Amino acid sequence: MAEKKVAIELKNISKSFPGVKALDNVSFTVNEGECHVLVGENGAGKSTLIKCINGMYTADEGEVYVFGEKITTHNPRYMKEKGVATIHQELNPVPDLTIAENIFLGRLPQNKFKMINKKYMFSEAQRLIDELGFKYDAKALMRSLTVSDTQIIEIIKAISVNAKIIIMDEPTSSITEAEVAVLHEQVMRLKKMGIAIIYISHKLDELKVVGDRLTVLRDGHSISSHDINDLTQDEIIAKMVGRKMDNVYPEKTNKVGEPLFEVKDLSGEKFHNVNFTLHKGEILGMAGLVGAGRTETCRGIFGLDPITGGTMLLNGKEVKVSKVKDAIDNGIIYLSEDRKLEGLVLIRSICENIGLPNLKKYKGVFLNKIAERKDAEEMKTKLRIKTPTVDTPAMSLSGGNQQKVVIAKWLCKNCDILIFDEPTRGIDVGAKYEIYKIMIDLAEQGAGVIMISSELPEIIGVCDRTLVMAEGRVTGEVMREDFSQEAIMSFALGGSAANG
Amino acid sequence: MAKAEKKEFNFGEFYSKYGIFLIFILMFIIFAVVNHNFLSGMNIRNILRQVVVITLLACGEQFMIICGMIDLGASRVLACAGTLSAYCMLTTHNLFLAIIVALFVGLCFGAFAGFFITKFDIPPFIATLATMMVAEGFIMTFTGGQNYSNLGDAYTFIGQGYIGIIPFPVILMIIILLITYYILSWTPIGRGMYAVGGNQNAAKASGINVGMVKFFAAIYSGLMSACAGIVLMARMNSGQPAAALTYEMDAIAAVVMGGTSMAGGTGTVVNTIIGSLIIGIIRNFMNLQNITASLQKLVLGLLVLLAVIIDTVVRNSRTKG
Repeated sequence: MAEKKVAIELKNISKSFPGVKALDNVSFTVNEGECHVLVGENGAGKSTLIKCINGMYTADEGEVYVFGEKITTHNPRYMKEKGVATIHQELNPVPDLTIAENIFLGRLPQNKFKMINKKYMFSEAQRLIDELGFKYDAKALMRSLTVSDTQIIEIIKAISVNAKIIIMDEPTSSITEAEVAVLHEQVMRLKKMGIAIIYISHKLDELKVVGDRLTVLRDGHSISSHDINDLTQDEIIAKMVGRKMDNVYPEKTNKVGEPLFEVKDLSGEKFHNVNFTLHKGEILGMAGLVGAGRTETCRGIFGLDPITGGTMLLNGKEVKVSKVKDAIDNGIIYLSEDRKLEGLVLIRSICENIGLPNLKKYKGVFLNKIAERKDAEEMKTKLRIKTPTVDTPAMSLSGGNQQKVVIAKWLCKNCDILIFDEPTRGIDVGAKYEIYKIMIDLAEQGAGVIMISSELPEIIGVCDRTLVMAEGRVTGEVMREDFSQEAIMSFALGGSAANG
Repeated sequence: MAKAEKKEFNFGEFYSKYGIFLIFILMFIIFAVVNHNFLSGMNIRNILRQVVVITLLACGEQFMIICGMIDLGASRVLACAGTLSAYCMLTTHNLFLAIIVALFVGLCFGAFAGFFITKFDIPPFIATLATMMVAEGFIMTFTGGQNYSNLGDAYTFIGQGYIGIIPFPVILMIIILLITYYILSWTPIGRGMYAVGGNQNAAKASGINVGMVKFFAAIYSGLMSACAGIVLMARMNSGQPAAALTYEMDAIAAVVMGGTSMAGGTGTVVNTIIGSLIIGIIRNFMNLQNITASLQKLVLGLLVLLAVIIDTVVRNSRTKG
C-alpha cells in the first residue's frame, strides 16, 4: 500500500457533561482515501466524538489535528473551512427550494448588485451534478427527491465546498437496500478522490463493504482500532457490547396457535385488497421495499389512516376501526416506525409517556398517579430501561431505551395484536436482542405479533412466517422453513408481475 | 448559595425550577424598600385585586399555550361577555341570569374558535384573531358603544366585595386557580393537553382524541374570559364594551414570564400565578411612583423581553452542558 497522509488525528480526547463522562481518552486517526468505520452501542459516545470533530463541541482535554495542523479554534464554521463536512443522520433539506439552492445554501453566489446570481448558481450546480455522473436537474425541487437522493445531494454539497474529510452518521439507517448500493458506490468514489471518510453504522454487514479500518467505542472509551478484515462480525459485536454474544437472535420459544385476526380485502389509498390471517402466538413478518404499503396497511388497521374497503375479523367477530381509540379498545396496537414523530412526547417524563395510552385505567376524581408510577417503575425493571428515574424526560434517553419506552406504553394494557413497525431501526445490537426477546415473549403469552421490517436478516431470525408486499399488494407469503433472502426479495421486487 | 461550590450544583437546573420565584421575591423586596407604601395592607389587597382579571385570562391562555395554540381574542370575548352580562343585570335584575349569560357567551366564542381550529385545521392564531374581531364587532353593534352603569350591589360585590379582609374577587381567583390546577395535573384531559402540545402525532397514535382536547382548551379559554369579564365589569360598576383592550397580551406575557414555553407541552399553574403577580407588582409599583401609563407599557414590554431572554439563555446553556 502506498504511503498515505494522515487526514485527521485525534489524541486523547475527553469530554464530560454534567454527571457523565461521554468521552474518555479517545484517540484515532483516519488517512486520506480511507473509510474509517466507527461502531458502538447507542450512548457509546459516537455522536459526541463527531461533534468534537466538526466543532459543535469543544473537547475538555486532548487535541485534534487536521492534516497535521493543530486545531485551536472550535466552531463549526471554522472546521468547515478546514474541509470537514458532516452528513447527519437526519437530513434537513429545504423542500421547497431547488436542488441548486440547497447545494449553495448559506453561500449563494451574488452578483455585483448583491443579488443572487441564479444563472451562475444553476449552471455551477448542474456542472457539479454532471461531473459526478448523476442525472438530477439542478432546477428540480428538493421535495421531489427520496431520502437517499437527498443524501447524495449532501455528498455533492460536501464536495462542492472542497471537503477533505466527510463524516457520515448512519447514512443507511432509513434507505432501502437498492439505495444502499448506490450510496456505497459513492463512498467508494469519494475514497478514490482521496477524501477521508468517517462512517458510522449499526448495520454490521455493510461495514466490510465500505470500510477499511474500524474503531470500536464503548462507554466513551475507544476499545480498539483494527483493519476491517482482521475481525469477524461476531468479534465486532463482542467488542461493542463488552461481552460475548452467543447469538444475535434469541431462541424462539413461541408456538403458533389458532387463527386470531383475519384481514379480508383491506384497501386504502396506498394498499389494495390485502388479505392475511394472524395466529395466536405467531410473529408474522411484513417484508418489502420502502414504499410497498406495509406501514400504510398497518396504519389503516390501527385507524390512523382511513380505510376504503374490506373487513377485519378478531376471533371471528368483525371489528370496525375508524379511529385509533377503536383499535385500542379492541386490543390492537401499533408502534410507529418513527418513535420521535409518533411514539413519544419527548419533553415529557418517561412516566407520563408510559401512562399516556392508559389514562383511562388511572381515571378517577383524581388521576391515580401512584398506580401510574407503579406501572412505569415495573416496566422500567421489566424492560430494563436505563434511566435514573422515571421522571427523566424521554428525550434524554438513547434510541434503544426510547424504543423500550414506546413498547412499555402498550404493555401496560392487555393487547391481543401488536404491530411493530421497524422496531429496531437505529438502535444497537444489544438493545435489538432485547426487543426481539420482548416480541417472542409476547407471542409466547398468546399475542399475535406483526413485525414490519426492511432488514431481511431480522425477519428471517425472528418471524414464523412472512408476508411480502410490493406496490400496495401482498405479493407473496413465505413460511419459516422456506426462509431465504432470495425467496423474499423475489416477491418484494416482483410486485406487479407476480400479481398479474 | 453555599451549594454553588459543589460540583453537582447546576445553576440552569436550579434556575428553571425556582428562578421565577427568586425574581419575584427580589422584586418584592426592592419595591418594598424603595416605596414605603408598597407593603401596606391596603396596597397588597390592591395588587391582588388588580391581578385577578389578568390571572383569570392567563388560566385560559395557559391551556391554549400548553396545547401549542394561542388565544388572541380573550380580551374582546371578555368585553363582550361582561357587557352583555351587565346589560342583562340592568334589564332583568337577576344576578344568576347575568352570570349565566356571561358564561354562555364565553362558551360560545370558545366553541366558535375551537370549531374552526379542530374541524378545519385553521391555525389558532387566525381562528382566534377572527374571533376577536367578531366579538368586538358584535358587542359594538349591540351597544352602539354605550356603557351600562349602576349595576346594583349584588353584582358589584363580585368585583368590589370583601369576605372578612379578603376581597371576594381574590377568593374567586383562588377557586379558579385550583380548578385549573386540578384539570392540568389530575385529569386525563390535562395529560392530553401536555401530550398534544408536546407531540400531536404521538398523542394521536396513543389514542388521545386530539380534536376534543383542543376544543376543550378553547372553550375553557372562552369561559375564563367570561369570568374575567364579570369581575372587571363588577369592579367598574359598569358594562363597558371597550374595556380591557389588549389584556390578553398581559395574560400571555404572564404565562410566558412564568416559564411556559410558547412551543407547547410545558408549564404549570404555579408558575403562571407568579408570572401575573410579577406583572401586577411592577404595574402597582410604577403607579405608586407616579410613572405615566404610556411609560409603564414601555417598561413592561422591555421587562417581558428581558425575562424571556434570561430564560432562553439559561435553557440553552443547560442543554449544551
